[in-house]
Amino acid sequence: MADSVTGANPEHGADGDDPSRRDFIHIAAGVAALGAAATVAWPVVDQMNPAGDTLALASVEFDLTKVQLGQSVTIKWRGKPLFIRHRTGAEIAAAIKDDKAVLRDPATDEVRHKPGKAEWLVLIGTCTHLGCVPTFGGGDYGGWFCPCHGSHYDTSGRIRKGPAPTNLEVPEYAFLSDTVVKVG
Amino acid sequence: MSGHSNYIPKTGFERWLDARLPIARLAYDSLVDFPTPKNLNYWYTFGGILALCLGIQLVTGIVLAMHYVPHVDHAFASIERIMRDVNYGWLIRYMHSNGASMFFIAVYAHMFRGLYYGSYKAPRELLWILGCVIYLLMMATAFMGYVLPWGQMSFHGAVVITNLFGALPLIGQSITTWLWGGFAVDNATLNRFFSLHYLMPFMIAGVVILHVWALHVTGNNNPTGVHVQSKADTVPFHPYYTVKDGFAIALFMLMFAAFVFFSPNALGHPDNYIPANPLVTPAHIVPEWYFLPFYAILRAVPDKLMGVLLMFGAIAVLFILPWLDTSRVRSLRYRPTTRMYFFIFVVACLVLGFCGGRLPDDYVIPGLKSFQLLDADLNSMVWLSRFATAYYFAYFLIILPVMGLTENPLSQPKSISEPVLSHSAALPVGAAASPEKRG
Repeated sequence: MADSVTGANPEHGADGDDPSRRDFIHIAAGVAALGAAATVAWPVVDQMNPAGDTLALASVEFDLTKVQLGQSVTIKWRGKPLFIRHRTGAEIAAAIKDDKAVLRDPATDEVRHKPGKAEWLVLIGTCTHLGCVPTFGGGDYGGWFCPCHGSHYDTSGRIRKGPAPTNLEVPEYAFLSDTVVKVG
Repeated sequence: MSGHSNYIPKTGFERWLDARLPIARLAYDSLVDFPTPKNLNYWYTFGGILALCLGIQLVTGIVLAMHYVPHVDHAFASIERIMRDVNYGWLIRYMHSNGASMFFIAVYAHMFRGLYYGSYKAPRELLWILGCVIYLLMMATAFMGYVLPWGQMSFHGAVVITNLFGALPLIGQSITTWLWGGFAVDNATLNRFFSLHYLMPFMIAGVVILHVWALHVTGNNNPTGVHVQSKADTVPFHPYYTVKDGFAIALFMLMFAAFVFFSPNALGHPDNYIPANPLVTPAHIVPEWYFLPFYAILRAVPDKLMGVLLMFGAIAVLFILPWLDTSRVRSLRYRPTTRMYFFIFVVACLVLGFCGGRLPDDYVIPGLKSFQLLDADLNSMVWLSRFATAYYFAYFLIILPVMGLTENPLSQPKSISEPVLSHSAALPVGAAASPEKRG
């Protein structure tokens, strides 16, 4: 058997049809072809991910002096609405009071704003259900209300009622000075 | 396409062609000589109507693409330019947008016909599944097409539908970012939707070829559900069904034209004539009418992931239908109990469509406040859509499997010809049997 493996052409050899050797060649060739196909397929798939220029435009600076007390401003960030709300004392108090309420996505008001900046709430303005833009002042909790499927958020942007699974997202941001924030 | 061929090339050119590319033979065998059950009723004309719908969408779509600009800054304006300035642009666009609705009217009629006469049962399982694939492709195409005008409904519809994939655990967020090509629905999204919207109709056309091929292997089902047994049961496709289909197409086109010329926006939504604004969502966001039943299923479930799964499950269940229906009898004509459940199923689908177009908290019976059941008023659209959703799934997963085992079907005719030709007392009222013996 051994000499027929090393020498003879298996097709013509009397007992040369060594299955393990032939199988190995078939499997190796098949795997190589699959691997080659995958390396070609990946660029075709990955081209749909955010392009370089889309990623480069991903941060924005905003001057907070434009927002009066009790007012909120919606700006566009990464194609999405961004809520910048100048909260009143009453709103902050209501949010802190509800820290102990039953929350679907538990979070204290403390962690939803930067330390010492309780009056500034920066949130991504898309409902965590299916991405509609909630409006401020509606709903049962004095915060935001999403008209699409009826999610209610409180004055800290926490989900209180409706189909949305999580709180309005707080983006990555930092205070560059007392009056300027950089988001992203 | 299968079996023997009766095509005889008549001219020298036809003989020359037939020896090289027998395309005339293929056309003759599938469209002229094809033996078709002689008892097909008008419910069987929707296949032809659908082929025409696809043709209309392709032609009008290719023309629209010559004028449309797939860019967030120009898309809306380019549509308005088509409506106002391009010669006959208004006509072509209204044909295309209403054509989508007509396509779905026809496909729903076609599907309910298949459900009623058991056209999905062996040996036509693959024929049915190919049809389901076409339906799925149609939904994807229609959704992406609706996004292209970049109006408020376009934009926020795209946001909601793409966010559905975000409900998947772990990979959801990466998938939506990948679908968007950014961090939100934006220009990259519009561009790829345009590309895919142009591609998919041709994929549909490809699957339609497979669908017709499969049809021509097994042959048509028919209202009795009984197999064709001899030549006496069939007539050639031409002229019998070319004429019958032609008449149905003429009637269908009458309805189509009535929409295009007299109420071209009746099936659309006025909010889509407002340019897309990512910062404001319309107060009442609904999909096009043909998606409403699935939208109602989505909203019937309080959990985001479960809602999405159930919505896709409503379509997935169609794919395994051939193995869910355990009955040996095809046509519901001979299954009176199941037939009753079938009509309730049709009503459930209509109810879901009705619920999908309303706000979840709307009352079903206006002004009547009943009582709070779990999370919503019992007299609300939420609960109505829950009942209808439960029935939708029960019909496929419980009623059809169980009925096939428990019900006593009526006796089927021995052949397609028998109920017409025999003098049986069980003759259906009004059947044109033995007209020579009348009066």
